[in-house]
Parts: sequence; structure tokens; C-alpha cells
Amino acid sequence: MIQVNGLTKDYGARRAIDDLTFDAEQGEIVGFLGPNGAGKTTTMRILTGYMPPTEGTATVAGYDIVEESLEVRKRVGYLPETVPLYNDMTALEYLKFMADLRKIPDSEERAYETLERVNLEERANSYIGNFSKGMRQRIGLAQALIHRPEVLILDEPTIGLDPAQVVEMRHVIREIGKDRTVLLSTHILSEAQNICDRVLIINKGKIVAEDTPENLQSRLAGSQRVVLRVRGETDELATKVGKVKGTRDVEAKPDGSVEFEFTAGQDVRPQVAKAVIQAGFDLLEMRPVGLSLEEIFLELTRDNTNADSKKAG
Amino acid sequence: MRNIWTIAKREYDHYFISPIAYVVAFMMLLTVGVIFAINVYYYIQNAFQNFGGAPDISAVTGAFGFLLVLTIPALTMRLLADEARMGTLELLLTAPVRDFELVAGKWLGGMLFILSVLAVTLIFPIILNGIVIGKFTLLSPLVTPGIDRQLMLSSYLGVILVAAAFLALGVGISAIFTNQIAAFFVTLSVLVLLWWLIGFPAQVVQGGAGEVFNYLSMQSHFYDAFNSGSVKLTDIVYFVSLIALGLFTGTTAVEVRRWR
Repeated sequence: MIQVNGLTKDYGARRAIDDLTFDAEQGEIVGFLGPNGAGKTTTMRILTGYMPPTEGTATVAGYDIVEESLEVRKRVGYLPETVPLYNDMTALEYLKFMADLRKIPDSEERAYETLERVNLEERANSYIGNFSKGMRQRIGLAQALIHRPEVLILDEPTIGLDPAQVVEMRHVIREIGKDRTVLLSTHILSEAQNICDRVLIINKGKIVAEDTPENLQSRLAGSQRVVLRVRGETDELATKVGKVKGTRDVEAKPDGSVEFEFTAGQDVRPQVAKAVIQAGFDLLEMRPVGLSLEEIFLELTRDNTNADSKKAG
Repeated sequence: MRNIWTIAKREYDHYFISPIAYVVAFMMLLTVGVIFAINVYYYIQNAFQNFGGAPDISAVTGAFGFLLVLTIPALTMRLLADEARMGTLELLLTAPVRDFELVAGKWLGGMLFILSVLAVTLIFPIILNGIVIGKFTLLSPLVTPGIDRQLMLSSYLGVILVAAAFLALGVGISAIFTNQIAAFFVTLSVLVLLWWLIGFPAQVVQGGAGEVFNYLSMQSHFYDAFNSGSVKLTDIVYFVSLIALGLFTGTTAVEVRRWR
């Protein structure tokens, strides 16, 4: 559905994206993950026909984004980061306008259906200028959905929403992603973990990692670290834990807890728990630490920053 | 083509919720109304000296044309500049709409608004004709003319062409800017230049250069042509060229925006 090959974009002397290559299949939700200024929006703008790339090619739904821009635009729904709304129009007028631009017959009916889909039908005749941030985001999504596009490109779709709205937005995106291709950008990792089938981590215009959220986690986090808290002597506990097969780097902390690591995929926590109980300790807590996608992400992006600053120095 | 109409319709609707459009319409109609009243008074005063010449409404259309210089910049300044500022340009540029259709749609929207205001001024020829023939009916200026019918038609055509050219230039300039105020003043400057300033070198400079200045001056294509009852191809070409220039500038400016 989306095929990107060596996409590069320069803004004057600054290279915003550098030789990006990736693809997305039908029915796949691909997450574009990266810090602000990584090139996510630039990539999306190129794919939606807003601006041409400096180098490289891309096809969306089988059409070249430069040569057949209008065909691409017919098949793509796009929610930009700053939701583009006319404050002087009502929700229904706005969607009808968008439906007319996309030459949908019975545009008013379709506009109303789409409003229902994002649960805004009660506000159909309210002016968009009076809408809350969450409602604006939803009507922006409605605009992207109105022509039932094959490909949906969403730039930070949950930004500025309250927690309940975030959950709802994610639900809507997952629904849509069942039979359509969705490319969404975010800098919130739990979000990518939650909705996406595949994650592309992008930093400074380059893809630094690409995989399913689960694989990314296990591949990049070679091992899993666990904190153990018990009632009793920690040094003695540390020895006991060290004897369990598969544990590494066992360490008794001054705060009265014990930490250890195991190779990801070879979970030894049940054995450790058994050993602790058998040794007569009261097990109070056992939890994984510091190996969320968050930290992997920080690790990946920090490495690049360090490398760059070393080069500059 | 349908896209042009969709965009024009939205722009036209927008004018009726914007205070600027009402101020513009009110100002134009009030001024034109006062000028009309003065003219009617003048005709009645001089009725016995005015041998042969039928009364006409070129004073109304002439004033309307002049007022367009001042009001068109206010009508066009936000057309594309505001879309760029609000981020809604991203919406239109990623919709299946050609850049030219966007610019032409904006222009047509402004055109429809001006035509609506101009339609209101049609009461003046009806009133004037009524005074002359002593009977007030809607189509009387055309059916039973007491006023110069050909001059009326050519004057209205002239005003429409002036408005179309000014709007096209205004849309083109609005596409260049992100700031409405900048678009306003640049448009105003260009229109003042075309309407007045270029007429001065046309009078002073001799020979070929003077001819060129004279050709560029809009007054010579409006007051001395349409508003005097003459419809000539050269004058029509002049206005159509300006419309094309404005729409081309706008389309190019939108394309340039994509490349930045």
C-alpha cells in the first residue's frame, strides 16, 4: 500500500529526512516513532502530496506521489498535526465541504454518517470555533475518513487529548486499521506499543529501528532486569537468587532490595519466587525495571546524539 | 471545474459572515447611492438644456469602478494568506484539488460577492429609467428604454471586468503572503498603480514608451472605453490579460509554497 524508497528532503541546507526506505501493507497499522523534529511530519507531508521530495520515490496505493499526486490524494486521508479546521463553519458544513471537494455524491448524508462515526452527531450544527481540543481532533479525523480512503495518514492523532479521549481515539484507529493501511506518528511509546502492528523508530531523519513492538522490545532489550523485595536479610537472599539457574548480575541494594537480570525470553521469575519462598523469606514485591520501550527508544536516540556530538567535536 | 465551484461557494458563504464584506458592501452602496442622487438632481436641473442626450448611469458605474480600487484589497487579502496562516492550506493542498482550481475558486468566490453587490446597484438604472419614462417596472431599462441602453450595458460589463481583474491580482498577491495585512497593502499599491499612477508617465513621456504606459493604465480601458459606451476587443484583451496574470501568479505562488 505504501512503498517508500530512498526518500530524502532538504530544507535549504538542512536535511530533514535522509534516505528513508520502508513499506506498509494493507490492514497494517504502522507507527512512526521519534522525537520532535525527527522528520515524521515531513515524511507524512511528502506521502500526502503536500510537498515533493528532494530525492527518492514513493508510491501510495500503487500511484507515484509526484507523477500521480492527484490519484494519491484521492486515496489518502490525512490528519495533519495542526488540525486544519474552519472555525466559522459548523461541523456538518465543514465535512460537507470536504466531501464536495472529494466529489462524494450525497455529500451531506456522508458528512452526517462520518460525524456519527466519531461521535459528534449531536454537535453537527455547532460552530467548530467553539469546539474543545478533543472534539477538534475528532472532527479532523472525520475529515480524513470521509472518503473512506485506502490509506490513512495521521500526524500525532492523540496529542492534546485527555486520557479518556486518547483511549477512544486509539479504539477508533484500531477499528479503521482492520482493513485499511494506517501510518501514524507519535512520540508516545506506549501508544505505538498499544496500537501499532509495526514500529519505525526515526531519529534525525533516519530510521534507526524497525520491527513489531514486541520484537523490538526483546531484540533491543537483550535481558530483563527485575527488582525483588522481601522481609529479611538481603545478602542471604542475593546468594539464594544467584543459585537459581538463569539469573545474572545479582546485586543486593542498600535500600533492602535485590536486583537481578535474566535473558529476555527465558523467564526465570517463577523459579526465583519459589526459591525465595522455600528459603523462608516473605516475598513482598517482584517487578521488572528499566526495560520499557521508552528506555530502548531513549537509548537508541541518545546513541545517535552522542555519536553526532563526537563527530562535531 | 467542480472543485472551483465548491471552493467558490464556500468563499461566497464566508463573505456573508464576515464583517469586512458587509462594511465593504455598505460603503460602496452608500457612496454610489449618494452619487446617483446628485446625478438625478443634476439631470432634472438641466433637463431643458440637455438636448438630445439621454440620461445614463455611467456616473454610478464609474464610481463603482473607482471604489473597487479601495475595497478589493480588503476582500482578497485573507483569501489564501489566511489559509496559510491557519494551516488549512495543508488541507486543501492534500485534497484532490489542482493548485489552479484552488486559486480560481477563491477568485470566483470574490467575483460572486462583487456581482451580488453590483446587482443591488441595478435599482439605479431602474429608478432613472422610471423618472425618464414615468413608469417604474423591473425590466423597463431594457424593454422601454428612456436612458442610454447600450451605455448602461457596456458600463456594467466594464465594471465587471475591472472587478474580475482586480480580484485576480488580489488573489495572486494573497497567495504570496502569510500575513493578511501585507497582502492588503501590496494589493492596494498595485491597484493604485494601475488605476492612477501609471497614467502620469503616460501623459508626460512621448513616443512608444508613452503608448505602453497609456496601454497599461486601467482608466483608459474603463472610463474612456466601456464607461463611455464603447466595447472594443483591445480593452477586453487588456482585462482578460490581467485576470490571467493574477491567477497565474496565485497558482505559481501556491506551487512555490509546496517546494519550500
